Amino acid sequence: MPSLGADMAAGRVVEWLVEPGDQVKKGDIIAVVETEKGAIEIEIFNEGKIQDILVPVGEKAPVGMVLALLDGTSDDSAASPTMAPPEEPITEKPRPLGATSLPETPLSATHTARTPSPEPSVRLRITPAARRRAAEQGIDPSTISGSGAAGAVVLADIEAMLPKAATPMTSPALGEPKSRKTAIRHAIGAAMSRSNRDIPHYYLGTTIDMEPTLDWIEATNKERPVAERLLPSALLLRAVGLALRQVPDLNGFWEDGAFRPGDGIHIGWSVSLRGGGLIAPAIHDVDQKPVPQLMTEFRDLVKRTRQGGLRSSELTDATITITSLGDQGVQSVFGIIYPPQVGLIGFGRIHERVWASNGMIGAHRVIEATLSGDHRASDGHTGGQLLSIIDRLLREPSKL
Amino acid sequence: MNETELKALIIRQIGEIAPEIEPGMIGPDEDIREACDLDSMDFLNLVIALHEATGVDIPEKDYAYLRTLNEGSAYLAKALTG
Repeated sequence: MPSLGADMAAGRVVEWLVEPGDQVKKGDIIAVVETEKGAIEIEIFNEGKIQDILVPVGEKAPVGMVLALLDGTSDDSAASPTMAPPEEPITEKPRPLGATSLPETPLSATHTARTPSPEPSVRLRITPAARRRAAEQGIDPSTISGSGAAGAVVLADIEAMLPKAATPMTSPALGEPKSRKTAIRHAIGAAMSRSNRDIPHYYLGTTIDMEPTLDWIEATNKERPVAERLLPSALLLRAVGLALRQVPDLNGFWEDGAFRPGDGIHIGWSVSLRGGGLIAPAIHDVDQKPVPQLMTEFRDLVKRTRQGGLRSSELTDATITITSLGDQGVQSVFGIIYPPQVGLIGFGRIHERVWASNGMIGAHRVIEATLSGDHRASDGHTGGQLLSIIDRLLREPSKL
Repeated sequence: MNETELKALIIRQIGEIAPEIEPGMIGPDEDIREACDLDSMDFLNLVIALHEATGVDIPEKDYAYLRTLNEGSAYLAKALTG
């Protein structure tokens, strides 16, 4: 079971896309795992032939457990665990808070048949008819919050689950059980408590004149078809990616008492989920991609974050994170770093302000950019360089 | 499409983006983005969906006309007849 981020302790296999004997190569999607972040497509990082599947569909497994065995085609003749973490292992194992695992995470989008999970403390209240129907349909009634007396699961509750089962993986976050929300809060709480405890944060902020960028976007969007229009976020993303090239000390991870640079500039974008919680999946190689391509990938990523279909690499590869709360109307955000990353960039709302430049006073649209840095990996001086390069890049948007 | 149909279309497309929003929840003169907590990406997706459904090429400078259900449906109706 791969760790899909510092805040994950366990996951449940909901689908295997391979079977013993199948040949796989790096990057193939081999399984779907349900976590508190939704159903995630698990990519494999080795090449070889699937020898055995050890964790069947429906079973929950803690991070680090071997899910399947792979016959390597390389010099290593012994079967190796298929789900060894990505090339750069995440050495900081998540520390489960209190209990040894997360609360039971219900299957919200897929209702694959699974063995009922033992719930020692709470006995499930369910009517006989509902229990029978649930068994027929392969639904685990313990994942349903009952609407009957004393919270009992009744037949109607089971029936209500059925139409949704027809569209697995893509059904939007419609009527998700409350426990999903609890699980995601628990996961965020564990990661952020750890960050706050272990990372000596420093905070910097600056105001960036957005007039050149916004003028450029408005002019560009006039020429573009509706579906290809750009949002300011795409340019902010691109500017951060290019700036990190020049300030690599903020792009990477703090592991085992040392900084390890990222193997590329993969920027996590914090996406808030409707109904609460957030996920920050990565957009890969931001510094290598032109703005229109970033915009397309960004749109697709936000959609999959909210509706399901994120890939494991998107949850594990981010080398830094951006949080943008501009749409919520706040002017600035000083975030908490997502470990083991060493920096977090915050953007607030684009707003109009009296602005003096070149000896002139005018009304300009501006944005507050902030940086939370890990003082073990960098100093305020380095962090300040990053913000000022972002500022400079946004003055010449056509060059982004 | 008349204004009533356009209003229903807007509500339907909002439902695709924000599934927890029920049709009766948005007042005809309420600010859609505020009422439905749509961020700029959600709003762009709404504009794209409305463009695909009506064929109206909604330029960015006209986004302000999509502020409420009443204004949005009037804007689209005018664009369709004009």
